[in-house]
Amino acid sequence: MSGADFVPLSLVPILIGVFTAIACALPGNFLLLRRQALIGDAISHVVLPGIVLAFLVTGSTGTWPMMAGAAVAAVVAVVLIEAIRRLGRVESGAAMGVVFTAMFAGGVLLLERSDTSAVHLDVEHALMGNLESLIWLDAEGWSSLLDPVALAGLPPELTRIFVTMLGVAAFLWLFWRPLKIATFDEGFAQGAGIRTGALGMALVIVAAIAAVAAFDAVGSIIVIAMFICPPAAARLMTDRLEAQIAWSVGFATLSAVAGYVLAGYGPLWFGGVNAVSAAGMIATVSGVILALATIFGPCRSRTGAPSGT
Amino acid sequence: MLFEALTLQLGYNATLVAVGAALLGVAAGVTGTFLFLRKRALVADAISHATLPGVGLAFIVMVLAGGDGRNLAGLMAGSALTAWGGLICVQAITRRTRLSEDAAIGAVLSVFFGAGIVLLTVIQTMSSGRQAGLDGLLLGSTAGMLRQDALMIAAGGALTLALVLILRRAMILVAFDSEYARSIGLRPDRVDMMTMLLVLAVTVVGLKIVGLILIVALLIIPPVTARFWTERSTRVAAYAGVVGGVSGYVGAALSASAPAMPTGPIIVLTCFVLFLLSLLLAPERGLLAAWLRHRRFQERVHIRQGLLALAQGQEVYEPLTIRLLVRKGLARRDGVPTEAGRARAAKALRDEHRWQALHGLAEYEAISGLYDGLRDIETVLTADQIDELDAVLGGPREVTP
Repeated sequence: MSGADFVPLSLVPILIGVFTAIACALPGNFLLLRRQALIGDAISHVVLPGIVLAFLVTGSTGTWPMMAGAAVAAVVAVVLIEAIRRLGRVESGAAMGVVFTAMFAGGVLLLERSDTSAVHLDVEHALMGNLESLIWLDAEGWSSLLDPVALAGLPPELTRIFVTMLGVAAFLWLFWRPLKIATFDEGFAQGAGIRTGALGMALVIVAAIAAVAAFDAVGSIIVIAMFICPPAAARLMTDRLEAQIAWSVGFATLSAVAGYVLAGYGPLWFGGVNAVSAAGMIATVSGVILALATIFGPCRSRTGAPSGT
Repeated sequence: MLFEALTLQLGYNATLVAVGAALLGVAAGVTGTFLFLRKRALVADAISHATLPGVGLAFIVMVLAGGDGRNLAGLMAGSALTAWGGLICVQAITRRTRLSEDAAIGAVLSVFFGAGIVLLTVIQTMSSGRQAGLDGLLLGSTAGMLRQDALMIAAGGALTLALVLILRRAMILVAFDSEYARSIGLRPDRVDMMTMLLVLAVTVVGLKIVGLILIVALLIIPPVTARFWTERSTRVAAYAGVVGGVSGYVGAALSASAPAMPTGPIIVLTCFVLFLLSLLLAPERGLLAAWLRHRRFQERVHIRQGLLALAQGQEVYEPLTIRLLVRKGLARRDGVPTEAGRARAAKALRDEHRWQALHGLAEYEAISGLYDGLRDIETVLTADQIDELDAVLGGPREVTP
């Protein structure tokens, strides 16, 4: 594969895939340890009504209205889940199930009832994303990476997801100590004066921002997979949080690159002509990694827990 | 149009679909109750998303075998197979590793769904342009449903419901006390497995009507809704069945009555409306009931405190207290007590003294624990006992106005 083909067609989607995977996997580590792994699932479902409403209100499919709508929907969903859990005294898993299915159904209905056929907004796209279409038309080869004119033609999704990834990393770096303490020992964290409630909410909001930015580029399925699979596999590799995060970033990168390559070039190796869904393949690869970690991971069992429970 | 749809006058197929959706809703509501009682509601989400690769595989196999890829029975068989695989994966991850169940659920649902999407894109490239029906399985659609499909869904819903009814006692026992269930010869792990198989059956039957992304709503929302209305598990199951059945029926009818009304989302939203109504209006557990309870309590506290203040000749400044006293005819707008108010105030103060006297007496120790500042003393003591207390206190004194 020469640079003339690779740089315009594959480099940008791979980079977007990698940045997305890392941006989701980083907060995913903490969500996993705090047993909130399914928050990512809920958020990525409610993004749909958010963007549909944003479109209906503003009438445009611009980035910022979509992002704002999705972010608002994510926050509304989290607040609703919490409200139903407390006011209705409903178990949190069930409360989550009620909220995200109803909001997703509302989004689908709005989409079907309103005239969105003229714009690129449909359920399949929301679920599967369209990573393959994010190509860099202005590039002619590796040299374009240094060419300011060509660089200006980069898909805006790339910059957005890169900034998001940096933002997520900065959040974790800034709040590293309180997050770590609050995740492992909430009572002690409160005793030490950390506002665990606000911190937990902040973590969920950061996860929501990552999900929304990622959703824009790659669809919601890959978002859920990247929130859970790389951190879960990493959790089976080590007992130290720092190492777990490093592993999860590695697994996320590996899933994104391998998934994209398999989706784009895999069918050619088997004599097919068309590529398959990159987002789906990235999720599948992350699942294979998790399966391998489940079977061979060095830290896969609970230490000190009675066996058979 | 809507009236015709609700009264089953839109033709044989629409009627079959509405009846099938109602049966499916009842089966889903009752099955979901046991999942809900086991606090494993979201396992259903993993199962339902894991049906997608099965749908894709079944389509490919059927096309390769030269048949029609959209044969619903074949698709249902394929989806059941991978849903089973997904369930096994969730259990394997939870049992064999230290990952918690929610992580296992999330991993399985996203990975299986991702694999399913890969298969769907493979199908799109498979020349035969007849995969259009597969998209309908994501969100459910009853438009253009074949008669045999509608019959199969109705029969599947009825069969699942019958199985749930047969297994209900075992599932309730295991949900509430698995140790006891074990001691009378039930195997909790097998009963759990049966519950999951029923969930799987509901998912597969609901694939065509509700779609695989939203079927989980029909398993979760009805039991949560039913829980507001009763504290008894058998009734939760029965009410959940009603909620699910009504949602399925009304949703299918609404969707048949107008274009661009996707069946799955309409059913789920109907169900959600029932949930909201229950959250607001249910007796005991509803928000309105809780608010009224709070208001009544607040009222009693304000009146009691207001009366005590009046009895001791203190000015009442709190506007709410004055308003409540005026409404009960116990005081005037300027805070001066009426005749009745004076009597009640004296009584309130005297009761307060009686309670205080009670605290010092050993034989009333149990009763003095009931003191909360609101309880009328006559409700806990006999007239004789009150006389006895009054003897300790001394006779009534004049209250200075």
